[in-house]
Amino acid sequence: MVLMDKTARRHRWDAKFAPYGYVAPYFLIFGVFGLFPLLYTIWVSLQDRNLLESDAATFVWFDNYAKLMADPYFWNSMGNTLSLWLLTTVPQILFALFIAQLLNRKVRTRTLFRMGVILPNITSVAAVTIIFAQLFGRDFGLFNWVLGLFGAGQIDWQAGTASSHIAIAVMVVWRWTGYHALIFLASMQAISPTLYEAATLDGASGRQQFWRITVPLLRPQIIFTTIIATTGNMRLLAEPLLFNPGAAAATGGSDRQFQTAALYLYEQGFTKYDFGYSSSIAVVLAIATVIVAGIGYLVTKRIRTE
Amino acid sequence: MRPKALALGCAVMATALVLSGCGSGTASGGKTKLTIGLFGNFGYAELLKEYAAAHPDVEISDRTASYSDHHKNLAAHLATSSGAADIEAVDTGYVNQFKATPDKFVDLNTKGGDQLKDRWLPWKWEASLSKDGKQIGYGTDIGGLAICYRRDLLQNAGLPADRDQVAALWPTWKDFMAAGKKFQEKAPEGVKWFDGGPTVLNAIVGQASTGYYDKTDKIVVGENKEIKDGWDLVVDGVNSGLSSKLLYSTPVWNTGFKQGQFATVTCPAWQMAKIKDQAGPEAAGKWDVTSVPGGGGNWGGSYLTVPKSGKNVDKAVELAAWLTAPEQQAKVFKSAGLLPSIPKLYEDPSIIDYKNPYFNDAPIGKLFTDAAKKLNPQYQGPKAGDIQTAIGNAMQRVEQGKQNGEESWKQFVGDVQK
Repeated sequence: MVLMDKTARRHRWDAKFAPYGYVAPYFLIFGVFGLFPLLYTIWVSLQDRNLLESDAATFVWFDNYAKLMADPYFWNSMGNTLSLWLLTTVPQILFALFIAQLLNRKVRTRTLFRMGVILPNITSVAAVTIIFAQLFGRDFGLFNWVLGLFGAGQIDWQAGTASSHIAIAVMVVWRWTGYHALIFLASMQAISPTLYEAATLDGASGRQQFWRITVPLLRPQIIFTTIIATTGNMRLLAEPLLFNPGAAAATGGSDRQFQTAALYLYEQGFTKYDFGYSSSIAVVLAIATVIVAGIGYLVTKRIRTE
Repeated sequence: MRPKALALGCAVMATALVLSGCGSGTASGGKTKLTIGLFGNFGYAELLKEYAAAHPDVEISDRTASYSDHHKNLAAHLATSSGAADIEAVDTGYVNQFKATPDKFVDLNTKGGDQLKDRWLPWKWEASLSKDGKQIGYGTDIGGLAICYRRDLLQNAGLPADRDQVAALWPTWKDFMAAGKKFQEKAPEGVKWFDGGPTVLNAIVGQASTGYYDKTDKIVVGENKEIKDGWDLVVDGVNSGLSSKLLYSTPVWNTGFKQGQFATVTCPAWQMAKIKDQAGPEAAGKWDVTSVPGGGGNWGGSYLTVPKSGKNVDKAVELAAWLTAPEQQAKVFKSAGLLPSIPKLYEDPSIIDYKNPYFNDAPIGKLFTDAAKKLNPQYQGPKAGDIQTAIGNAMQRVEQGKQNGEESWKQFVGDVQK
């Protein structure tokens, strides 16, 4: 009798607390690798702190933020970040939609194609960037060679603001389009064929079916990929860093023409050793990312059937 | 597996994830494992093998990163007191930044460094000495200056190729630019007089009596007429089409050697190893070395430091002292061309008489020991490396046509005052 009681109680305890046990590892890892660094960064951002002399740090409250708001190079980097966000996120999602649409057809060896589109994504970002930086080379780059065939002059891709943003956007779009395409493809296959049959009977063209049926029904996935792409593209670091290798890599070009906010953070933290200032950039960038992702959400939410 | 056990297992795994990354410094078989973090080419490959052979209890692994990556990673590793190698090389441009926090490094004076002090040039020793007298690094090489040039390109453009005659072309940097204008008239398309403005400018800065800082660590580059005159001269050279507009130590610059895009390059002693690596065996004999316009000057040179976070500090200090000892510096000079920081070697016949076969048997021993003797050391301030990057960017803005010389100089001076 006593034994029975104990077992029953254990069952009750199990049912009550086991779910917390299951989710605990996630929260534990998130706490250690997500929440703690975030809070720690905020704490550091309130200090005047040299990277190498953490003992000598002093609290300055919001001085770093005040300095940041008046720093033209910070606003320059935020401008570059937004420009690159737009140039990467929009094409990424549009290309992904079209590629998914193509892969959704009955083509031979389509598994091969479907695997193929994800390949750029599993390639190391450093390798991709180094190769692309060569392709965009001024004197011996492939892109300039092709442009030369059409009689266009040589472009010094790294030198210009627009040209460098385009070059970096190409790398990012190339790397991430396939990933988003697979997400879209999975959802496309879940759309009931009867909808398309009915539309065909009503005389809707393939184009109309795509824009009026497929895209609206993919709305949740488009919202998801927009947010994922935004959080990634707002903190581009490796691409602008490796696009301009050498001693000046962290400045993102001779006139900071492609220095993103993440790269500015890196420059302040690891070449100027201004850890406090660098952390305040991180905090502002995180807030900006939330805002931009929110805008992305509001825009993509408006997708609907007419 | 029961649910609770699973949860427990996950928790243990999570903890293990957190704890991993704390490596141990002892390799299998009871050997002491030493790591050494380098950048560029120190010419240590053979020496490390030699040392390991003589010390069976030690196992050495070296890792080499690019110049800027190496120093940024080192800063990050020092900040977290983990991940640094047992020995870390530090360049002249960064040594002031690191010696400002001497407690991150082993004070070599407490490990017998004070006994070895007289090995080095006095200014080399002092440059890595902290304000409170702690020695953070043993000097490796110094960056005595010369000019490396392509014999064939000069000859084809109607200029002399013989190194004494070439040196006679350019007693001053003004003459150097004038010779460049002559060269450019007859140069084939795509070939320029020098590699890039920042490279030339660094040499001119290295020769100035005062550099970016005065001796009180105040940034004075904005008022430094010597440097501004050099800047104007290089800007004029760039505007006259003498520059290939390639930034030194970048992949495109490396390609420039391979493709023969420029006829001359400023050659601190360590540059010779880079040229040999980049231009490759097919360019052997095409390159030659001669004296630098203006004479004297230093650009670069390094130190071997021992971060305190290392687990085998004593063995690391021993290796660092060995690698920077006169015998080893002499070997490195012959194999990689790095100019010793040891004055005794400047009188050593095996050094003075050394000729480098890759550079058309140039008497680099005589050339660089002369340069070293003439060298008037310049005081380097805390962020000299950063300012060098900023002035390089400034010159690139002119080369890329983004700004004219005056605008770019003004922006540079404003940037470094921040």
